[in-house]
Amino acid sequence: MTDTLTPVLTATWGDERAWTLAAYEKRGGYSALTKALAMAPDDIISAVKDSGLRGRGGAGFPTGMKWGFIPQDNPKPKYLVVNADESEPGTCKDIPLMMAAPHTLVEGVIISSFAIRANKAFIYIRGEVLHVIRRVQAAVREAYAAGHLGENIHGSGYDLDVVVHAGAGAYICGEETALLEGLEGRRGQPRLRPPFPAVAGLYASPTVINNVESIASVPGIVLHGPEWFSSMGTERSKGHGIFSLSGHVTNPGQFEAPLGITLRELVDLAGGIRDGHELKFWTPGGSSTPLLTDEHWDMPLDFEAVGAAGSMLGTRAIQIFDDTTCVVRAVLRWTEFYKHESCGKCTPCREGTWWLVQTLARLERGEGTPEDLDTLLDQCDNILGRSFCALGDGATSPITSSIQYFRDEFLAHLEQGGCPFDPAASTLFATSTTGGATA
Amino acid sequence: MIDPTTYDELKQIAARYPQARSGLLPMLHLVQSAEGRVTPEGIEACAEILDLSAAEVSGVATFYTMYKRKPVGDYHVGVCTNTLCAVMGGDVIFERLKEHLDVGNDETTEDGKITLEHVECNAACDYAPVVMVNWEFMDNQTPESAVQLVDDLREGNDVHSTRGPKICTWREAERVLAGFDDGLADEGPAAGPASLLGLGIARDHGWTAPDGAGGAAKEGDA
Ligand SMILES: Cc1cc2nc3c(=O)[nH]c(=O)nc-3n(C[C@H](O)[C@H](O)[C@H](O)COP(=O)(O)O)c2cc1C
Ligand code: SF4
Ligand code: FES
Repeated sequence: MTDTLTPVLTATWGDERAWTLAAYEKRGGYSALTKALAMAPDDIISAVKDSGLRGRGGAGFPTGMKWGFIPQDNPKPKYLVVNADESEPGTCKDIPLMMAAPHTLVEGVIISSFAIRANKAFIYIRGEVLHVIRRVQAAVREAYAAGHLGENIHGSGYDLDVVVHAGAGAYICGEETALLEGLEGRRGQPRLRPPFPAVAGLYASPTVINNVESIASVPGIVLHGPEWFSSMGTERSKGHGIFSLSGHVTNPGQFEAPLGITLRELVDLAGGIRDGHELKFWTPGGSSTPLLTDEHWDMPLDFEAVGAAGSMLGTRAIQIFDDTTCVVRAVLRWTEFYKHESCGKCTPCREGTWWLVQTLARLERGEGTPEDLDTLLDQCDNILGRSFCALGDGATSPITSSIQYFRDEFLAHLEQGGCPFDPAASTLFATSTTGGATA
Repeated sequence: MIDPTTYDELKQIAARYPQARSGLLPMLHLVQSAEGRVTPEGIEACAEILDLSAAEVSGVATFYTMYKRKPVGDYHVGVCTNTLCAVMGGDVIFERLKEHLDVGNDETTEDGKITLEHVECNAACDYAPVVMVNWEFMDNQTPESAVQLVDDLREGNDVHSTRGPKICTWREAERVLAGFDDGLADEGPAAGPASLLGLGIARDHGWTAPDGAGGAAKEGDA
């Protein structure tokens, strides 16, 4: 049995000046790079395949397999692009990782680039996190100065350049092909796939795009071996993952655990649901993953079990809402987000998210009719599976799941001609005397 | 007019990339740093350097929310009103600041000091409710602390990010986003308390990842 928590990526975050090269090297940093440079690139790809690492950016695609898709006989340059756009509502793990341990990411970038035979890598960071960008820029500078980047790294004959690129505010640029458009200096609108980026990505060249946490997991796998990594987790969801708890728990925060830990274990570690209240609904992996409820306390948080419960593990962004929260208000706000962030390329999402907001807002004000719930589901039906990219699909998740679990609460808005909840009661600074639902 | 130094720096950004056009997003950040917003002159300069039409550059600039056509104040104050922060108090904070500063969303105070905007999830939900000042984290805000914050900014008092350095101006921040170092990376802590919560609990219980073959940076090896 592995321990309940398994700090690997988070292990150094409390160190004195953890973000510096000196602190990282004190922990054995860049020794995985030395080991990797003595390996055949294909053996690194095999090790990542054997580890069972699945993408930490949401979809859970096997990382080693993705690397294996890079056509090595293609004469074009190959690229590694790190997706550091972290904008899915609830997701807040890559940002603290890059703030505290940017060298873990940089070491992962070098090893991963070496494995796929790229000589140029990009770290695309959302623009709205100034200090994180400073830290990653500084880590790259330090890595150059120490000979971990640039020409003939560690005397191996291998060259790599890394560019830190700041985005400019667009959730859609987390979608991998929209990210490439942004990185090519264009509007961030998704591209048709196939061709997949592995074949024709950045500048139509073979490109691997991976999440920050995926790439940061690579040095550990190289150093300790694939069995070490796969000894953590469940049968088909291997390894350590950062779980982010936010909202109505006593102590929100980051918890690095084997995949398969339960919500009950995590919430216990977070000091429980805040005093005097009960769990109402939660997202397992960001707002695009269907809501779950207090029926799901003991479900293993791995790709399979969460999928079987009708949701998705996503980015392990666990947003907790207690009994003071109006689910209609919560879902309306997420829907406004999707409407705002829709890139406008395809009609179902561009028009559909607009209509979803109209219908939901009417319901939230208590002005609709019960038929509006069917209208909403119908609108979702016209978006899900008909949109150009997964943003449109994700927009329907909170709506369909909330109607599934909380239909009565939508109807209560109609019966009362407005919201039955006191919004003050759900705030962090609510006094214990402000009650919950007045319904 | 884009001054020659800025023009030269725009060209430096383009040169970082295998294809110059990739520099456009950071170049527009530099335009904002130099000009206080995306100006027609800035668009022309980017277009000229990248051999694009002004319309093409405009098309990109208008797509991304961080690029502003109206002048931004010295301090861009972004209140997260995405669901989790909103519920935890972001909505109340935003309302209070609108009232206190007498501005609406995406408007600037008359003294030109503060531009207020509500922003989407800024990847800091474990510190909700979150306010960003010039894209630096101001964690765990209340309406009172947020009012104090904007008052301090307007009065020119030193304000430090809860997880970063002393707040610089918006234009200085935009320069860093363009990729020019301001020497502040070493300011502030490695992590805030919420980021360290699980690690601390693991330490208290003696929980670690399994023993590996090598001596990596996993817990217990320090
Ligand atoms: C709308 C949308 C937003 C996304 N945002 C992110 C993001 O911020 N970070 C991320 O790593 N992946 C994001 N993804 C997933 C990426 O498209 C891609 O699957 C991922 O970066 C691949 O990396 P991984 O295999 O290492 O997980 C997003 C997907 C969609 C559809
Ligand atoms: S689904 Fe939405 S975000 Fe995706 S391409 Fe269509 S309009 Fe753009
Ligand atoms: S919801 Fe505000 S930071 Fe995530």
